[in-house]
Amino acid sequence: MPRELRIKVNERLWTVAATPDTPLLYVLSNELLLRGPRFGCGLAQCGSCSVLVDGIEIRACVTPVATVEGKSVTTLEGLAVWYAKQNGLSKPPALHPVQQAFIDEQALQCGYCYNGMIIKAAELLSKVPRPTETQIRSSMNGHLCRCGTYPRITKAIERASRTVSGVSR
Amino acid sequence: MSPVFGATEFPRRDLLKAGGVLIIGCILAGASSAQVEVDAVAFAAGPDQPDLKRLDTWIAMHADNTATIFIGFVELGQGCSTALLQIAAEELDLDMRQVKSVRLDTNLTPNQGATAASASISRGGPRIRAAAAEARLALLTLASKKLKTPVERLSVSRGIVSVVDNPKQSVTYGELVGDKPFNVPFTGRAPLKPASEYKLVGTRVPRNDLPDKVSGKYVYMQHVRAPGMLHGRVVRPRGQSAYGAGAKVMNIEESSIQNIPGARIVRRNDFVGVVAPREWDAILAARQLKLTWDTTPRLPGNSGLHEQMRAAKTIDLVVKESGDVAPAFERAAHVVSQTYRGPYQSHAPFGPNCALAQVTADSALVMCSTQNAYETRADLSRLLGIPVGKVRVQYYEGSGTFGHSCYDDAAQAAAIMSQATGKPVRVQFMRWDEHGWDNYGPAHLAEIRAGIDRDGKIVAYEYHGWQHTWIATETSEQLASGTPARETSGPVAQVLTPFNLGSMYDIPNVRLVNHRVPGIDGYLKGSYLRSPLDISVSFASEQTIDELAYLAGIDAFTFRQRNITHSRWLGVLNAVAEAAHWTPRRAASNLSDAKVVTGRGIAAGTHLTSYGAAVAEIEVNKETGQILARHMYGALDAGLAINPGFVENQISGMLIQATSRILKEEVTFTDTNVTSLDWNGYPILRFEEYPEVTPIVVQRMDQKSTGAGEELTGPAAAAIANALFDATGVRLREYPMTPDRVHAALGRS
Repeated sequence: MPRELRIKVNERLWTVAATPDTPLLYVLSNELLLRGPRFGCGLAQCGSCSVLVDGIEIRACVTPVATVEGKSVTTLEGLAVWYAKQNGLSKPPALHPVQQAFIDEQALQCGYCYNGMIIKAAELLSKVPRPTETQIRSSMNGHLCRCGTYPRITKAIERASRTVSGVSR
Repeated sequence: MSPVFGATEFPRRDLLKAGGVLIIGCILAGASSAQVEVDAVAFAAGPDQPDLKRLDTWIAMHADNTATIFIGFVELGQGCSTALLQIAAEELDLDMRQVKSVRLDTNLTPNQGATAASASISRGGPRIRAAAAEARLALLTLASKKLKTPVERLSVSRGIVSVVDNPKQSVTYGELVGDKPFNVPFTGRAPLKPASEYKLVGTRVPRNDLPDKVSGKYVYMQHVRAPGMLHGRVVRPRGQSAYGAGAKVMNIEESSIQNIPGARIVRRNDFVGVVAPREWDAILAARQLKLTWDTTPRLPGNSGLHEQMRAAKTIDLVVKESGDVAPAFERAAHVVSQTYRGPYQSHAPFGPNCALAQVTADSALVMCSTQNAYETRADLSRLLGIPVGKVRVQYYEGSGTFGHSCYDDAAQAAAIMSQATGKPVRVQFMRWDEHGWDNYGPAHLAEIRAGIDRDGKIVAYEYHGWQHTWIATETSEQLASGTPARETSGPVAQVLTPFNLGSMYDIPNVRLVNHRVPGIDGYLKGSYLRSPLDISVSFASEQTIDELAYLAGIDAFTFRQRNITHSRWLGVLNAVAEAAHWTPRRAASNLSDAKVVTGRGIAAGTHLTSYGAAVAEIEVNKETGQILARHMYGALDAGLAINPGFVENQISGMLIQATSRILKEEVTFTDTNVTSLDWNGYPILRFEEYPEVTPIVVQRMDQKSTGAGEELTGPAAAAIANALFDATGVRLREYPMTPDRVHAALGRS
């Protein structure tokens, strides 16, 4: 039966009613009405539903909501604030550098996979600010794109890495 | 006769009347002719649709000096919603911040037919352009009266009309009509701006949908909710059986979901769905519901598929016959003759389809991701028993669909469940629903024979192709209403193939025969998948051309140059060869004993219009059979490219998707059902496997805009096949070119 759960999402505490085994994705989509994480496969195969939990990318479609109690969930909508907090910025930028780079590179086609792409790339750059192309490909390999925009995603991540690492172009 | 199917010879209009070809993609509007045929295409006209012959149907001018352009094409990720606004802004002399569009809605936007066949720019552009020119003329006429100055002495910039030698005397568009209707007919006769004066068209205006898409504000179909709605799921066998058989419920245990709060079953004949107030409960109910399906074997399985097609009693059509192939083959110096096999492939949209329906006793509102809202509306009307004028369809973008994925099926399922429950119902297809009940791109079998003379000129070309056509009954309707499985009629399945069958080469003796396989019994559901049949046909035809080049002892690019006279085909081949630094040598002349070897291939091709050529550079691991595409080059001449950046993005996408389809993708099935139900069963190209891409737009400011979303898929795939031969001296005649198949072929050589 549903019970009250308290989860922290994008730096805010929410009280939601759900059965503990309900995957986090459905709570984020239907209770919090967030549009970043979205259904793709429900099998943790594609990366469409990715969010950060304590800075680590996970698949919300197979993660029971009860397991994130007491942890900090960041979605696409909260990525700029998360970045500011992580880097000690007094004010968050309008967009995370990865989001801005994806616009600058005009990387998208349909853009549906870009929630997961951006979340995963933000996680990567938080750990490895200047990844090689091989590191990017390896890190992103669990995220699928049907439109075939992989090359532009790599370019966008490389562009964002220059911003994140403070290296001027 | 002309060796090439010129754009005007393409049977586009007939195809559209027949129910639509495919697809995606967007290129530019060209045509400097002063008059556009407003009704050039026969649309599925219906009641309560905006009148196409009124200017107000197309454009609204607001008091704040901005304009809303009503567009009958949908954004599929190809950028056409931006590119069509570019055309409108150009003709109206507005800047991009002054134009916007609204979502496609059968009750609001002009019916421009399906967003298919790479036609949003080629077919949609001229009409938007003509409407914008007509609005500009109407506005200038009003300004002339207001400023007491003849139109010839007025100029416009950013929607401000001013007197040429007295710029202080001015008035804005917004002041002239501000939010009031024009109340003038759309004649299509207003003069158009010459291409030489373009400021926006032909430039790289950024996509207008990207900021919201990367920030999480964009509303995809999967995000749409309605107050009081229920979540619905379809319940079907995991993986479809034969199209004609649908699915048959043998037994259903309704009590098996009684422990799930609020969950209930919606059943209409063999259509079974579940609804629940909470989404997870609907998913659990669909999983938990106990029912038994008829599992009679009705399919040949993958291994028996092509033999079954070849043995079928077919409907045959000679698509083209010129010269006389029989004596030409007798005189030829070299002849090649081979059989090629292509699999069923899936649209596999990244996000499974979703729809939300609100059905009342006498009306329906259905939101979905259809490429053809008007056909969707007509089908829903029949299914629900509600007059078509009372059915309203609104388009919300889903993930890239690449043709006829399950959007109509999801829309019908939501509508059935809403009608049954009296509440709004949102249906999200699960991954296995979308993968397992897709309308797949049909499998294909080709037998090609071609010959050259002593000088390396192609003298004869004969093709026989086998495939079934497309579905005309959606699964939800088939199961719920017992509507028999029907196939599309008309020319679609019979004449879609000729353009990639050697039409770019000057061949005096040609015979093309299509053997249409009846697809109701013993086959999967088929429909248009991006570049319908192009990969299968190019895979067969361009390998044949390559073999002729090899037999002639000539470099593959040089051989093609010698057999082509059409300047636009030569243009793209030269462009792609130059980009790839192609140096002439005979294929497979650099074979090596190394474990990992490299090769290159070239191919030409198109879809219905435009001119494409591709080069592939690959490496092959001879121990594992693994092919890795290293670098793909694609050149496309689609006439005037409205936004070259969008065309480059389409080219890159086609190169990557073609790599995925030729190397990896195949729908698998047993004698009872499809078994490739997710990304493990139906793998696509991943990050670690993608090739570098070089897209080349051959810009033609003086030519009509033609399609740009489907033309490189075929040649890109064929270039990879040709590269395998260059690397190993071995050809594969069945795709996908998986490690197992490559390994086996190398072992046989």
